[in-house]
Amino acid sequence: MDDKKILEVLNEIFQDIFDDDSLAITAETNQDDIEEWDSLANINIVFAIEDEFDIKFDVDDITKMKSVAIIIDEIKKKLA
Amino acid sequence: MKELEYPFDSEFILKKKRSLRRELLKDTETARIKKKVAVLCGSTVNDICDVMRLFLLNTGIEPEFYISEYNKYWEDVMFDNPELEAFAPDIIYIHTSTRNIHEFPNVKMKEDEIDTLLDDTYAPFEQMWEKIAEKYQCPVIQNNFEQPFYRLLGNKDVSDVHGRLNFVCRLNDRFYEYARTHDNFYINDINYMASTYGIKKWADPFYWYMYKYALALPAIPEFAYNICNIIKSIYGKNKKALVLDLDNTLWGGIIGDDGAENIQIGQETPTAEIYSEFQEYLKAHKDLGILLNIDSKNDEDKALSGFERPDSVLKKDDFLVIKANWEPKDLNLVAIADEINIGTDSLVFVDDNPAERMIVKEQVPEVAVPDITKPEHYIEVLDQAGYFEVTNFSDDDLKRNSMYKANVQRKRQKAAFTDYTDYLRSLEMVAEIEPFNDTYMSRIAQLTNKTNQFNLTTRRCSMAEIEQISDDSQYITLYGKLTDKFGDNGVVAILFGHLDGSDFHIDLWLMSCRVLKRDLEFAMMDELVKKCREHGVATMYGYYYPTAKNGMVKDFYEVQQFEKISEDEEGNAVWKYEVPQDYEDRNKVIKLKGEE
Repeated sequence: MDDKKILEVLNEIFQDIFDDDSLAITAETNQDDIEEWDSLANINIVFAIEDEFDIKFDVDDITKMKSVAIIIDEIKKKLA
Repeated sequence: MKELEYPFDSEFILKKKRSLRRELLKDTETARIKKKVAVLCGSTVNDICDVMRLFLLNTGIEPEFYISEYNKYWEDVMFDNPELEAFAPDIIYIHTSTRNIHEFPNVKMKEDEIDTLLDDTYAPFEQMWEKIAEKYQCPVIQNNFEQPFYRLLGNKDVSDVHGRLNFVCRLNDRFYEYARTHDNFYINDINYMASTYGIKKWADPFYWYMYKYALALPAIPEFAYNICNIIKSIYGKNKKALVLDLDNTLWGGIIGDDGAENIQIGQETPTAEIYSEFQEYLKAHKDLGILLNIDSKNDEDKALSGFERPDSVLKKDDFLVIKANWEPKDLNLVAIADEINIGTDSLVFVDDNPAERMIVKEQVPEVAVPDITKPEHYIEVLDQAGYFEVTNFSDDDLKRNSMYKANVQRKRQKAAFTDYTDYLRSLEMVAEIEPFNDTYMSRIAQLTNKTNQFNLTTRRCSMAEIEQISDDSQYITLYGKLTDKFGDNGVVAILFGHLDGSDFHIDLWLMSCRVLKRDLEFAMMDELVKKCREHGVATMYGYYYPTAKNGMVKDFYEVQQFEKISEDEEGNAVWKYEVPQDYEDRNKVIKLKGEE
């Protein structure tokens, strides 16, 4: 799967978690850009990603996932 | 909302919890009761509360949550806590788990050391519960402990006192003993939830170390649903009746085609045994006060011949209303609700046919319509859905079916009389109208939560509140229990109010629909006036707060000869009655117990 497709799926997940159909994340988006993106929201984001891509992250992977760019990276690693 | 009915998609609910919440809150028409839920946590609870909110909103309860500081469940109760006090919880949920057991036995300990450890582990919990009873006087829901997910001693871990499993079992037994001997205290069986989910998946250490969740995230929706079953039961939102199909639901086969001899019921074949066990399960619900009814597309005599089989567990008499005809099932459902005089939202429709289920879901959306899947899973689906969660069990529940049957007989009697007062006299009614007492506390609390139509102020009370009011000398309380020649209706009317000098304010007056138009309210008024005079009351004040369901009592106080002194634009009204020197009893058809 290429970066663009992953970003698309990720955006849908973000739209669901934050209940905002107008959300349009980019590779540059990080926790500072979305007010409600805190560590609690992260739990749901990570879970939705695992469910959607059928992958499982390790404890160490998740602690790194604080920006969209890193998330896409981690997803690619698991899909490879 | 379909997405929140059992069985639901857990991953979907977790992903969409915000939009589901938004959808639910859009519905401003359905009346919801507001309840303040304090969650005292021993581990992370945020997603649990979020999902609980969805299930509660879906059953007509709008929650406001207080969440304790992380793992400060004990401190939050035992020490001064202005925040929790100001919150004034209606209900307290203590979310602890095996992760909160600080010390387990080890193989070096002696048996009496382990006994002491058990006492020391249990003691702080009982301290908490006693403090809550004293300070907050509200219902408590307490988790028991789930089985540890590893066994150091292997199989001996459960039987040997040095084992963790054994320790957890003994601790749970202490909890259950407290539950058995104390009112307003409910165990949330997380041990069972973890077992049915699968303890290894439930206790996935990943979620503990990553987020300090005592249970895996995907298990949360089922977990939250289960707690909400307890809460909805406490607030009177259980379903009240089952409406059952016959063919391939209560027996195997189509009785119209196969004939009674060939339907599968009894012990002859595996399929017959499956249906027999299902019939046993349904029959057992009668003892809980759940009403059984039939809605089947069949000729009535053919349909009922199935119950004449000697090996049929259910018999014709087990059912209250039987609709076996060729009418659309949704119309029958509405007719059944009407005949029993309960809301369609109290029904559970059980039918193996997806097409019939769909029609009912579309035409009567407030009916619960579970997808029961295959016969060997019927019991499991109904059981997990928790429609009839038992919290307060009263004698009335045991007798409910015969009470409803007696009503049918009364209806027939009425048809024989032309003068209504003569009819009422012919019923030979006797009423027990007394202050609240222990025997009926549970039923009284139940009534305040279930009664919607004949309810002047719709004040919902937990059993703890009823007990408080009953003990308070500034309150006058009365319950009404009505018996007639056909049977005992049980406790069917409640009123209470508080004294203020020579004034008396009626805080709640309600009556069950079962006994409308029997003049019981006049008998209650007569007794209330008597009690008021004993307390030196000169003026009585009645209050009416309109809701979507209590229009029938808008002018109730006028009938009782009160005078309306104010009314606001929403229809909330205040009525006044000056207690006269010579008051003439208005009830002429009911004898009071002791006077017969």
